[in-house]
Amino acid sequence: MRKTWVTPGGIHPPENKQQSLTQSIGEPPIPEKLVVPLGQHMGAPSIACVKVDDTVLKGQKIADSAGLVSVPTHAPTSGTITAIEERPVAHSSGMMALCIEISNDGQDQWLPREGISDFEHTSPSALLSIITEAGIAGMGGAGFPTAVKLNPGFQRPIDTLIINAAECEPYITADDALIRERAEEIVEGIRILSHILGNPDNILIGIEDNKPEAIAALRPHIQDTGIHLVSFPTKYPSGGEKQLIYIVTGKELPNDQIPADMGMVCVNIGTIYAIKRAVVDAEPLISRVTTVTGRACDINRNYDVLIGTPVKHLLAHNNFDQQACSRVIMGGPMMGFSLTSEDVPIVKTSNCILAPSYKEIPEDEPAQPCIRCGMCAEACPASLLPQQLLWYSQAKDHDRLQAHNLFDCIECGACSYVCPSNIPLVQYYRNSKSEIKKAQQEKIKSDQARERFEFHKQRIEQVEQEREAKRAARREAAKQAKTSTTSNSAADIVAAAQARAAAKKMSPEQEQAKLERAVASAEMRVQKAQQKLDSAVANNDTEEKINILSAALNGAQQKFDKAKARLAEQLN
Amino acid sequence: MLEIITQQPILAALVALVGLGLAFGALLGFAAEKFKIEGDPVIDQIDELLPQTQCGQCGFPGCRPYAESIADGDAINKCPPGGQATINAIASLLDVPAPALDEEHGQEAEVKTVAYIREDECIGCTKCIQACPVDAILGAAKLMHTVIVDECTGCDLCVEPCPVDCIDMLPVEENINQWQWPAPQIPSGLIATDRMNGPNLVRPEDSVSNREDVA
Repeated sequence: MRKTWVTPGGIHPPENKQQSLTQSIGEPPIPEKLVVPLGQHMGAPSIACVKVDDTVLKGQKIADSAGLVSVPTHAPTSGTITAIEERPVAHSSGMMALCIEISNDGQDQWLPREGISDFEHTSPSALLSIITEAGIAGMGGAGFPTAVKLNPGFQRPIDTLIINAAECEPYITADDALIRERAEEIVEGIRILSHILGNPDNILIGIEDNKPEAIAALRPHIQDTGIHLVSFPTKYPSGGEKQLIYIVTGKELPNDQIPADMGMVCVNIGTIYAIKRAVVDAEPLISRVTTVTGRACDINRNYDVLIGTPVKHLLAHNNFDQQACSRVIMGGPMMGFSLTSEDVPIVKTSNCILAPSYKEIPEDEPAQPCIRCGMCAEACPASLLPQQLLWYSQAKDHDRLQAHNLFDCIECGACSYVCPSNIPLVQYYRNSKSEIKKAQQEKIKSDQARERFEFHKQRIEQVEQEREAKRAARREAAKQAKTSTTSNSAADIVAAAQARAAAKKMSPEQEQAKLERAVASAEMRVQKAQQKLDSAVANNDTEEKINILSAALNGAQQKFDKAKARLAEQLN
Repeated sequence: MLEIITQQPILAALVALVGLGLAFGALLGFAAEKFKIEGDPVIDQIDELLPQTQCGQCGFPGCRPYAESIADGDAINKCPPGGQATINAIASLLDVPAPALDEEHGQEAEVKTVAYIREDECIGCTKCIQACPVDAILGAAKLMHTVIVDECTGCDLCVEPCPVDCIDMLPVEENINQWQWPAPQIPSGLIATDRMNGPNLVRPEDSVSNREDVA
């Protein structure tokens, strides 16, 4: 058994995991319409590459990635695109975002696909591009594009791969169920990842000891593979990236570094499974295991849900009782958020739909004043001072908030959970974080505006100066002209004019060349006029036209003669 | 020389003090030249705090002139785009009491707005382009103009010169990425016994079948 380390703080809320583990992972019927949001991952939302009325096959790419930190999106089933528009999405704001709606044609027909059977002979970069193309983003919650995480660059060699199977939040059992049923595929996924990262020395699966079945399922598959299973005592929030790294390695991640800076990569186990499906089975990320639980649902179970399935559809399948439900939560009871609409779709990061009864998760009690009991500080896994942060947040003292490391808060909710005054601490921190971020953005914008204003002023000044210089030059010229006309006599002016004329006069050679050109062109014109006249006579044109043409010929002939005479004059 | 000094201590003290004075004077003089700061740093600090809309509502042609004027002792409550937050920041910088915004110069806008040109109606007169302090309007004579929304500070200065009134100040649309978590409501007058009469006493589950009891 490997040594594990104990993180500070943490809480032990009721686990409530058993009820959703009584049955195996199910497959709900495919809804008639699936709504696939374009921004399911961290970074730039993908860009739709299909049009309304296009037919798509299951697994077909429907939106391209939009930059380096972005992933594409795929059709979860075959059908027709019926809309590309703003729809409510799973977000704590309850706001709308661009989504693609697909009408299911009932065929569920796959795009032809071919996986890679011997990934060991495929280059890591090729595997990474498969992972990006499959639309894989962190499935633990943050949705960070996985390929970016797995590509830390040459200057940061990776010696430790940590697989996050802690799943510390109450109610959620998606990872647990996944490991129980698909351990072999997960281990293959770990081997793919290990190959991509250049076979790091340590491969650790971090798992809480409340999942004995999952541990037992994994054990036979990891024997003699160099993969270590690290089980540690259950405590919320041990599944946070920094917390898990500390628990399994004893190393604390500085707040300005990412795990790769310390030679580590930490990947969620659901993501590992998705990677295996993408590489070996050539299946893009179009479904995920989601726990549907809570007493307002008759059936509590894990489902392999297609991305884009509306929450309403999933709940209806589980005999959801709207009357008995206090609120529908996406995610767990600690870090999840209440949905404002049940039409929102399941996305790549939705690990749980929780529909609790009123008794199960009562509405928040009214908050009361802080009594400085200090329980929040004891519970904080990041060793922060939650009550200090609360004061500063209420006072909107951004400098002090940052000095007290507000941005190290992982928003786990342990402080709010233990608070005897029911103060919604995390909500204060979230509010302050977004205010600080907004202030920073505004600062950048105002600096930009200042720069542009300075440039604007400078430009106006420059134009004004140029104008002034021109005016001065003109004034000077006028003055000079005036003085020259008054001081010189008429004879001088004539002399000056003659001098100008002489300067303009061409040399005899130039003159001759010019006259020669004139003669040549006049001759050409005579010939052309002659031709026209001849053709007119030959075609028996009207007399009038012939007359006109012969007159033109005459004129041309005269000009030719004149030019010749002038040339002769010049030559003499 | 040495003998004269030792015999006349008063002279010696005088010489020593004058010498020291000269030496330190020279040192200070050198330091004053060497470490000279161009301009008044407090102006830059104030300018940093102003919102840089360059709207001129304070009566100065831009934010920096107003910052200079504040440094010279002008009132700090003349900036409506910055609002109370800016006033407070400047007050704490200058260590003076923070007054309320001077309504004479305008009111603090509740939502941030930016200019939009109704492009069908634009006649291409370039008047707004000349009015824009941050060069955020694109266009040329007799050609349609448009606002670079990302660069617009919402200063309003382009609205007035437009001869056909085709510029609207529209609120900045909030998208999902800019959304801010709302602040929790700070409870007022709540003591522990209020809980008993609070809104949570009567819960809907009292009226519906209680699933927990069934299970």
